[in-house]
Amino acid sequence: MTTYAQAEHHDFMPASRAALADPPLQAALVRLTDTLMAGNRRGFAALPGSDQLRDHAKRIKEHTLAHLDQYLEQLAASVERVGGHVHWAADATAARDIVRDLARSRGIKRAVKSKSMTSEEIHLNHALEQDGVEVTETDFGEYIIQVAGERPSHLVAPAVHHTKESVARVLSQHLAEDLLPDAQALARAGRRVLRQKFHDADMGISGANFAVAQTGTIVLVTNEGNGRLTTTWPRVHVAIMGMEKVIPRWEDLPVFLKLLARAATGQTLSVYTTLITGPRRSSPSPARERGRGEGDLDGPEEFHLVLLDNGRSRILATPFRESLQCIRCGACLNACPVYRRIGGHAYGGTYSGPIGSILTPLYDSVEANPHLPHASSLCGACQAACPVRINIPHMLIGLRELQHEHQPSRWENLAYGLWRFLLLRPALYRLAVRGARWVTRPFVRNGWLHRLPGAGQGWTAARDFPAPARRSFREQWRELS
Amino acid sequence: MKQVSLMITCLGDVFFPQAGTATVRLLRRLGIDVEFPASQTCCGQPHFNSGFHDHARDLAKHTIEVFRRAALVVTPSGSCAAMVKLEYPELFHGDPVWGPRAQDLAHRTHELSDFLVNVLKMEDVGARFEGKATYHMACHLRGLGLRTEPERLLRHVKGLELLPLERFDECCGFGGSFAVRFPEISGAMVGDKAGFIEKSGADAVIATDAGCLMNIGGCLRRRNSNVRILHLAEVLAST
Repeated sequence: MTTYAQAEHHDFMPASRAALADPPLQAALVRLTDTLMAGNRRGFAALPGSDQLRDHAKRIKEHTLAHLDQYLEQLAASVERVGGHVHWAADATAARDIVRDLARSRGIKRAVKSKSMTSEEIHLNHALEQDGVEVTETDFGEYIIQVAGERPSHLVAPAVHHTKESVARVLSQHLAEDLLPDAQALARAGRRVLRQKFHDADMGISGANFAVAQTGTIVLVTNEGNGRLTTTWPRVHVAIMGMEKVIPRWEDLPVFLKLLARAATGQTLSVYTTLITGPRRSSPSPARERGRGEGDLDGPEEFHLVLLDNGRSRILATPFRESLQCIRCGACLNACPVYRRIGGHAYGGTYSGPIGSILTPLYDSVEANPHLPHASSLCGACQAACPVRINIPHMLIGLRELQHEHQPSRWENLAYGLWRFLLLRPALYRLAVRGARWVTRPFVRNGWLHRLPGAGQGWTAARDFPAPARRSFREQWRELS
Repeated sequence: MKQVSLMITCLGDVFFPQAGTATVRLLRRLGIDVEFPASQTCCGQPHFNSGFHDHARDLAKHTIEVFRRAALVVTPSGSCAAMVKLEYPELFHGDPVWGPRAQDLAHRTHELSDFLVNVLKMEDVGARFEGKATYHMACHLRGLGLRTEPERLLRHVKGLELLPLERFDECCGFGGSFAVRFPEISGAMVGDKAGFIEKSGADAVIATDAGCLMNIGGCLRRRNSNVRILHLAEVLAST
């Protein structure tokens, strides 16, 4: 399991098997997803008009994506107006270079980070560390997996694959202390270490859940308070954001804030909702114009916003545009019966679960991730749970269609082609059904087949297969009429 | 007298004909004239789900033609109803000829419990079934917005003790080719489902779809379980 937790782009099949054969992981997944889904249901049940709110959120996202260039320009102008700097990153390499150059040019040796999946996507930590910058994750879950050298296994609960015991083991070894497997004791140890890191850091790196084009405000939704320390204490704050996270107006924000926390954990609001508009203001400042003194008491001297493309504009022009509406709440993971059983690492990409099965092949390539579009029973629980109603099953099917273009399987083409041929010829089809019945008859036991050949082996590996009925409905119909 | 055309579905025809005959008995008992267009085969969902959209369109056209003259189409399957109602219009989106035809069939097609509860406005169909059973919700009923209809019908069945099922709306792990591609994951899903069913204390599990019943039934059988599988139509047809 360790290697799958650490490495990306492994083979889905052995990784998912390993996860299924890991009882502590299975227990952790059930515990987490049950808790979060129960919260989600409670949260939405208590929100009047939540259906309309979801529709509203989807419309905002659709509108924004349709005019993305315009809103990004507006966002950039707004950020610069309030004293921030905007950097455009075409891909992961460009984004890494931007942050590294910022660190180099300002002589930064220590950075703290609040949780950001986008920074995971571009593998930022490694790049900075290679440059001699010490990077510390300050979300406790992220800190644990950073110390363990692992990748996040859930969008909002990155260390869900760990238990109290494994956390105690990992931290004890790292801190050279003997920590007990007690949640409070472990959190206290983490807090003690991280306080010092905040104090020492010259750069704070965050993601952004939303950015308001109208005002240049970036919004962080967190529960631990580390996001505020990361973005106010160090002298330089760098926020890295996928460019699809922009929303047009100030009044669009509450729509998403109401949905995000509820969808993720069932909270009415997360513990901290942080709105950041530019760096610390000295005079003259908008604050002073409003007659409130000499500007801000805290905040970084510099604020930088890195807007990451990394494949997003390419996706924008395809039928997969809807995937860019994702607000990374993790509800589809919690609702997914596949994620609930194999966890996040098996998916092999930065993003896991149903949305990851779409994003990873799209950002990376369909060829390199042949199993992901199929790793879903298309049960639709993800779509039902999605606060912005992304039709995830449709996009998975769309990727399967794309796969036929890029990696056609001769066997599959032949099988489905033949099947189609028969289904369009009812008389021949009836004959084929009778043939199948005749061929299987010697192997039938009480109406079931214990073993199927060829591709059917997958079925009978786990369960029996029903034998064709002695007389099909079609054959019985005449007596019924 | 209302007339409906029965869409038996490919799986129902071959593997669960008893669900089809029960549907016919039930509808006739309710005074409905049932016809069965013999040239129907498959709605094309397997092809659609596997990304063979051109094949799916061919099969959809065939199905649309088969049921062209039907006033209403009733099918004992949420999965095939969802294909016709939700996916056909998408498959022919923007097609000036087949688009409206697909829309039209989508409007006329109903899953069995949808037809009974929402078209006929009946919850008590006069059924009697002695026994303890539990109900598994097929995933496509979620897509169709039929979260309560089958249970409302079952609650009116005399003699039936309906027992609650843990995670009743979680997928059983069928998913067509999914079950074959990922035997371990699918097997874990159906194994959990079978376990919950056994734990419910029921003698039978009721579902609306042949796909779920094949999968759950195959797993129960592999576990040597005594729990039976029943299609909703079989319970509702019973008197």
